[in-house]
Amino acid sequence: MKRAVGLHVNGDTYDVLISPNETLLDVLREKLGLMGTKKGCDLGACGACTVLVDGEAHLSCLMLAVDAVGKKIVTIEGLSKGGELHPLQEAFIQKGALQCGFCTPGMILTAKAALDEEASPTEATIKRKIAGNLCRCTGYKKIVEAVSSVAASTRKEG
Amino acid sequence: MQKELSVVGARLPMLDAGDKVKGTAQFTDDLVLPGMLHGRILRSPHPHAKILHVDTSKAEKLAGVKGVLTGWDIPDRKYGIVPMAKDEYALARHKVRHVGDAVAAVCAFDPETAEEALGLIRVEYEVLPAVFDPLEAIKEGAPRIHDDVPNNISKSIRKEFGDGEKAFEDCDEVFEDTFYSQAVNHAPLEPHVALAQFDPLRGEMVIWSSTQIPFFLRRNLSSTILIPESKIRVIKPKVGGGFGGKIDMFSKDFCACWFARALGRPVKFVYEREEVFIATRQRHPMYVKVKTGMKKDGTIHAQRFWAHADGGAYNSTAPLMITLSCYFLMVPYRIPNLVYEGYHIYTNKPVGGAMRGHGIPQARFAVERQLDMIAVRMGIDPVELRLKNSIHAGEDHPGGFIINTCGFAESVEKAADAIGWKEKRGKLPYGRGVGLGGASFPSGVSNMSHLASGAVIQLGQDGAVTVLTGAADIGQGAETVIAQIVAEELGVPLDDVRVTAADTGITPLDPGTFGSGVTVRAGNAARLAAIALRKKLFDFIAQKLEANPEDLTAKNRKIFVKGSPGQGLSLQEAIKEYRYADLPMPIIGRGAWMAPAQEPTTLLKEAGNFAPNYSFMTQAAEVEVDTRTGKVKVLKMVTAHDCGTPINPLLVEGQLEGSIVGGMGQALYENVIVENGQVMNPSFLDYGFPTAMEMPDMDGIQIVTDDPLGPFGAKESGEGTQLAPAPAIVNAIYDAIGIDFNELPVTPARILQALDEKRRSGKSDN
Repeated sequence: MKRAVGLHVNGDTYDVLISPNETLLDVLREKLGLMGTKKGCDLGACGACTVLVDGEAHLSCLMLAVDAVGKKIVTIEGLSKGGELHPLQEAFIQKGALQCGFCTPGMILTAKAALDEEASPTEATIKRKIAGNLCRCTGYKKIVEAVSSVAASTRKEG
Repeated sequence: MQKELSVVGARLPMLDAGDKVKGTAQFTDDLVLPGMLHGRILRSPHPHAKILHVDTSKAEKLAGVKGVLTGWDIPDRKYGIVPMAKDEYALARHKVRHVGDAVAAVCAFDPETAEEALGLIRVEYEVLPAVFDPLEAIKEGAPRIHDDVPNNISKSIRKEFGDGEKAFEDCDEVFEDTFYSQAVNHAPLEPHVALAQFDPLRGEMVIWSSTQIPFFLRRNLSSTILIPESKIRVIKPKVGGGFGGKIDMFSKDFCACWFARALGRPVKFVYEREEVFIATRQRHPMYVKVKTGMKKDGTIHAQRFWAHADGGAYNSTAPLMITLSCYFLMVPYRIPNLVYEGYHIYTNKPVGGAMRGHGIPQARFAVERQLDMIAVRMGIDPVELRLKNSIHAGEDHPGGFIINTCGFAESVEKAADAIGWKEKRGKLPYGRGVGLGGASFPSGVSNMSHLASGAVIQLGQDGAVTVLTGAADIGQGAETVIAQIVAEELGVPLDDVRVTAADTGITPLDPGTFGSGVTVRAGNAARLAAIALRKKLFDFIAQKLEANPEDLTAKNRKIFVKGSPGQGLSLQEAIKEYRYADLPMPIIGRGAWMAPAQEPTTLLKEAGNFAPNYSFMTQAAEVEVDTRTGKVKVLKMVTAHDCGTPINPLLVEGQLEGSIVGGMGQALYENVIVENGQVMNPSFLDYGFPTAMEMPDMDGIQIVTDDPLGPFGAKESGEGTQLAPAPAIVNAIYDAIGIDFNELPVTPARILQALDEKRRSGKSDN
């Protein structure tokens, strides 16, 4: 039985008609048109569908959309304002921390949640935090460098 | 001569990096068209069976189902990426040959309905005996997988170079060993997708596909669905990783087009991850037996190879794969006498295809492993052995390769130095070790037909540049590299260049992304187009400046006499003058490039120069083996790398780092496990490829050579670096625990078993 719910995504409230078995990932992509969230495995194993739910990184393919009601969702589209990029996005560009770009939105959001939790993590912590986000292109080195550079600039500011 | 370059050679982010970090980069599954329908494919549960009957009546009646298709409904036209090896139907007819073979397709209102309808299709099979190992499949009496292929050998080659077998008589020592490389899935993060739309009035098809080769997809679609190529437009959106796995046409491409035409609505097919594992492609498992004849002084005098590749159920790239596997045994070492016997064998398993390295990693693993074993047996240092046999630029080559630049010997020395060879090899505590391996790869395949690229460039009235290229960027940064080349030739910043690529309806012909040929082939085409455009402008401006056109140069949006920046004008002014002189606008340059061809034009038959140029590299690993758990940790991987002159070092590093981690996966973790034809680990939960936790410390050393055929001296950097990491790691494991592993992957279970065997035989070092 479908029902109408309100979802808070990227600061907006969307009224959507959803079935109880629909995942947040499918609703974001198919009902809200937020295609930045990627479906790589639909099994919670690749991290490409990572979004922020009340500030924490969640796999949107393992979360039912009905469970996201009343929570604040941030997708990759909600991270930048127009041409003003989040420092992590800027760092991923400058450090060459992406190739095909399919894992990139999930990777950036996982990194954001990690840095929000701990502003200056060690490299070992960064690796551990992003270990659930698979990347087949980069070999991860430049991703870790990009996240570290943002952590380091936070350290300087702090 | 020192080149003074502004854009080429700079570490520049990819042109589309902004879209990728913002989530606005559009992959095929991100495209939604009004009225779009969704398709799913019914796959065989049997590894080998006759299809007796398919009953689709119940599925057709399900509410929301718009169409059902079986192998009997489609033209009797086989396809394949290599025209001489076509053996596949978009949907199986008569017979299924592996678990996952496509049997029927459903198109419905939504993916769930399509999925439900698959369950309503009744297929009556007559299960046939199946065969899963290539060495079993070639035996008399083995089940025949394709009726017209006896012994299941779909492609075999035998090549002799130098004195062939006779050369072993002149050897002081002869060694024979056997090696095995496992099945590896490309595992691109983006699953395979197709979206098609048909215009019934004009009879024209448009397909957006996650493909590496739009023009080959067009060819295969045309020949199977029977629409002229000119009426099929293939558009490649962003592709979420390919690695060779998106070269072929797949059922999803054909079925999306079929239903789009039949139903008059856009149709999308998206593969699930499991389908990517069982029904796309994988790296060929391969048995390689090597016999190597050595001279006392450590010179390799002769080699004899027997290669048995497990092709799975269909050919895909079979002839090319086995040919690459053979020819690239003759680089990076001087092998004066060589005999190669290679077989591509059908089995009832997932299909082998092109994957980063394409037939060469398996051969390289065998050779680099055996060289280390020979070094031990003959008491020669593995580094010395490699240096002694290194090929050099300008040498005569038994296979007919023309090697203009070669940094291999230097790469051996530099990689050894950087890993600390002298201090570490044989000297680290038990459980720690270093090892290395060498390799070489072609920058595209030159000596085959149809492999030319084109480019068209237009200079706008505001001085901005638009480029049309057929090159297929699949995340490696092809469009950025091409834009850099154009920007350099026209003297504009990268920001002034916009690229439209990989759209068969708009962009010039291009063979796409395979064989690591894009930078050299499409890069040269774009360069020639830029030079042609520039010539028009220079010829005109030279008169104004009272100079020779040859003396002009373009830099920083200015055109001036070389050495006299004051004597010139801005690009903007130059365009204005050109326009006001009533010369034809717009200013367009065209270019086409094909590697200098030499007869014969097909290497599948005879020897000849394989590629316009060849990259060379040595990779050295340091590993730590936990002898209690059997776990291997790669601590460090050094790559010393001759990819000519890098166009974009940032992107080259990215290729290098990605292929190291990919090669590490092949060495230690990855394996498509098949039992009775069933893939046992078709998910990212069960198929473990390396995460950030496994990433080693990685160092890259560029050995810059200036290749005469590469654009600005460039050579390939996409595939060669995935050849040697696996043998380097396994050679390092030998140094760590004194055990030879000749089979991949070297899992903890294998390590523990080998340690146990060693202990029982009383040879333990510890």
